[in-house]
Amino acid sequence: MQGADTAARIVADDLACRRGDRVLFRGLSFTLQPGEALQVSGANGVGKSSLLRLVAGLARPFTGTIRHRGTIGLVDERPALDPELPLAAALAFWTRLDGGASLPLEALGLTDLLDVPVRYLSTGQRKRAAMARLIGQDAAIWLLDEPLNGLDTDAVRLVEALTAAHCAAGGIALIASHQPFTLAGLTQLALADYAA
Amino acid sequence: MIRTLLRRDLARLLGPNQGGAMLPVLFFLAVAVIYPFAVGADAALLARTGGGVIWVAALLAAILPLDRLIEPDLERGLFDQWALRGISEEAAVAVRVLSHWLSFGPPLMLAALPAGALLGLSGTSLRTVELGLLAGTPGLAALSVTVAAITAGLRGGAALGGLLIIPLGVPLLIFGAGSLSAGGESGLALTAAVSMVLMAIAPFAGGAAVRGARS
Repeated sequence: MQGADTAARIVADDLACRRGDRVLFRGLSFTLQPGEALQVSGANGVGKSSLLRLVAGLARPFTGTIRHRGTIGLVDERPALDPELPLAAALAFWTRLDGGASLPLEALGLTDLLDVPVRYLSTGQRKRAAMARLIGQDAAIWLLDEPLNGLDTDAVRLVEALTAAHCAAGGIALIASHQPFTLAGLTQLALADYAA
Repeated sequence: MIRTLLRRDLARLLGPNQGGAMLPVLFFLAVAVIYPFAVGADAALLARTGGGVIWVAALLAAILPLDRLIEPDLERGLFDQWALRGISEEAAVAVRVLSHWLSFGPPLMLAALPAGALLGLSGTSLRTVELGLLAGTPGLAALSVTVAAITAGLRGGAALGGLLIIPLGVPLLIFGAGSLSAGGESGLALTAAVSMVLMAIAPFAGGAAVRGARS
């Protein structure tokens, strides 16, 4: 079982999360194995984004432990692309940092936008650009924070297909969204059940 | 990886879209230009006090770029993305200190030449000023980045940053301008020493501040 030891995984044990002086949720445990996807749902402010930041290691849990193995890629409301640069140059920075994989620009409908400065892109276009950045990172674990916000129906289907392909290739996806996300084998977690 | 970060930093700090790289230099020159208007055209007085004015102008010019050193990248999530890729906040801040000095120090040293001429500094004084700026601007850049990181995300952070930089920059000012007085050569070495302390602190203080700004 050599392979199992290096495979990506997320193990959360009895997690509680605090923002300010409010505990958002407590007693949350879950495990994600390669190929699995989990959607965290709930109303605004229930702690979906905070949970993703805990998993990413960008915030510390109030109690409990969170462990992961494998590289983590995060897409949230900030595309992390320089707004003054043309899209091609803004993405090229991340491609250089991530080792130069080619991005599926055609599939994401970004080829016509490469000359456009990022600040002129619409919300949906930025989201698609962030997905391109994520795919270029080649991370084993995808953390998607409201990935469908601002996307039209075609783009929604595209993001769902990309996530399905990622999971089929042995990746893990953790999706925080209040919108329905269509994905075979997607398990659901209603964060409101763990509200403190 | 460090090279990629440095390239982006420099492109951002010097890029035409930012328009900010020239601003501190122009401000610095403007101080040198208006000073003779305020104190009069007494050549001996100007030559005696000019070096000190250049140092004050350099310290004040360091305030101008504060709000674009750390906060934009923090807000846009770049520090988060770097952390996910194993690039520590300390490394990112250290690169930022280097890139900020490159976009700030040499242009300021260049601008000190016409400023020195306007103030009628002697050749030896001008040489001491230039050497002092060479020793002091890295520390000023490190201090700017540290203060920018500490005040990032605060309301009115840029104004607060200006207030923080002035007292913390006083040692540089004392030793840098002090090196101009008779027998003050050791001031240059002390300026360099203060610079090195500030540069050694900056990545850790700045990195901790960036991490703290997340929660």
